Amino acid sequence: MRERSLAIRSFTDLANPTRFVALAGRLLPWLASLTVLLFAIGLTLCFTTAADYQQGETVRIMYIHVPAAWLAMMGYTVMAASALGTLVWRHPLADVAAKCAAPIGAGFTALALVTGSLWGKPMWGTWWVWDARLTSFFILFLMYLGLIALNRAMDDAGRAAKVAAVLILVGFVNIPIIKFSVDWWNTLHQPASVLRLGGSAIDPEFRRPLLVMALAFTCLFFTLHLAAMRTEIWRRRIAAMRRQAARGAASA
Amino acid sequence: MSAHLAYVAASYGAALLVVAGLVSWVVLDARARRRELQALEEAGIRRRSAGGGAP
Amino acid sequence: MMALYLRDLKLATRAGGGALTGILFFLAVVAVVPFGLGPDLKLLARVGPAMLWIGALLASLLGLDRLFQAEREDGALDVMLMQETPLVLVVFVKCLAHWTASGLPLVLISPLLGLFLNMEPAAILATMLTLLAGTPAITLIGAMGAAVAVALPRGGLLVSILVLPLVVPVLIFGVSAAYAAVEDPAPFLPPFLILIAISLFFAVIGPAAAAVALRASSE
Repeated sequence: MRERSLAIRSFTDLANPTRFVALAGRLLPWLASLTVLLFAIGLTLCFTTAADYQQGETVRIMYIHVPAAWLAMMGYTVMAASALGTLVWRHPLADVAAKCAAPIGAGFTALALVTGSLWGKPMWGTWWVWDARLTSFFILFLMYLGLIALNRAMDDAGRAAKVAAVLILVGFVNIPIIKFSVDWWNTLHQPASVLRLGGSAIDPEFRRPLLVMALAFTCLFFTLHLAAMRTEIWRRRIAAMRRQAARGAASA
Repeated sequence: MSAHLAYVAASYGAALLVVAGLVSWVVLDARARRRELQALEEAGIRRRSAGGGAP
Repeated sequence: MMALYLRDLKLATRAGGGALTGILFFLAVVAVVPFGLGPDLKLLARVGPAMLWIGALLASLLGLDRLFQAEREDGALDVMLMQETPLVLVVFVKCLAHWTASGLPLVLISPLLGLFLNMEPAAILATMLTLLAGTPAITLIGAMGAAVAVALPRGGLLVSILVLPLVVPVLIFGVSAAYAAVEDPAPFLPPFLILIAISLFFAVIGPAAAAVALRASSE
């Protein structure tokens, strides 16, 4: 391989899958080590900081729950941006990015739901409340699962990508409406909820581990996303080679 | 307090489970594809534009 | 356009069209509710609007995957794609026809089912009004799902899964407006107007997205 030609000089060079694979191969070890390092620092901070005088030890759940929730939303934003890339610029890597972000985003959404539930049990006394935030997240989870199911149901990757992109974008436009409607619904059904967590600003004591953990989870997301994209490119390459081989065999 | 600790442990366990699941999915998938790619290349099948085009 | 509207209407209402199935499904769903909840008339009156809404939602999702499927099978879809009239408009007209054939009957039959559920006249009227305003939104969002389903070998169930999360707002505002008409402190108009706004919003978004998806899946 000529090393020079593989250098990424501009954003458009990223459109070349071969260059992307080479770049991903070079970046991945660094990103993975950074992720491990950040998690090491973050987890140490998580367990060494003082417990909250009100919530006790359960405040430590927040260090996982909140970053997971952020990443669940960021995952969908990444998908929406990629969907725009697919539909508007027909960027060849955009549909790969959208497809690979879905399982990872769904994983983080599930994590946010599970930890939220585990947080809710000792704090609110119940595993699940139809709280506005929880409900919107549950709907987000359903949307992720629907998109994964759609990707799995279609054979032709290119066509699946465009159709999924439409759905992702409509879902993205819909998220504020869903959020708004669920808020409305929630205030209607449980006025003056005492179950809400105190909306006060987070104490700096808790902010530091939270931020480090958020960074660690973000790094983890991008590491996984990059690796999954590389695999997806390989998968398509394999399919193309198989077709090629079949065609060659047929014409020979 | 100890009961609360169980919830904390469970949520960290869940996080571990989800992260481990995602990581192993990505790693195993990558390994399988890489092996497949190698097998195909050994069989003498090249991409149309071997050396740097889009597949 | 008018011809397309009439043609779709005719296709949907004649034997083998999906319109009647939807109504029957709606009837069956609502008829099953008392068996699940018990024959307590007070309870039924309380859950009535919600049950009617959920029934109507499921019934309108039921026939949606057929919206473009038949056209795809007989090739009419390709003609529509090549026509000079914008595809968005064609999709919109098809949605209108679909709603007239399968959504409107649901609205018309809902008062009868309301009587079964021991609902007050005001609640029945409110539910009917909200259904009238809300079911077009379901069809219009569903059109996108139907366009997606065209590209799938077996799309039917997947369409419902994809569309259901997106219609949650419609359900929320529809039901809360219906309840607001009966329960005193809550005002009827704000949720009703929001419901109409959602319908209008998706009258723009839905057909546009469906048109893009149709083009993508037929390339």
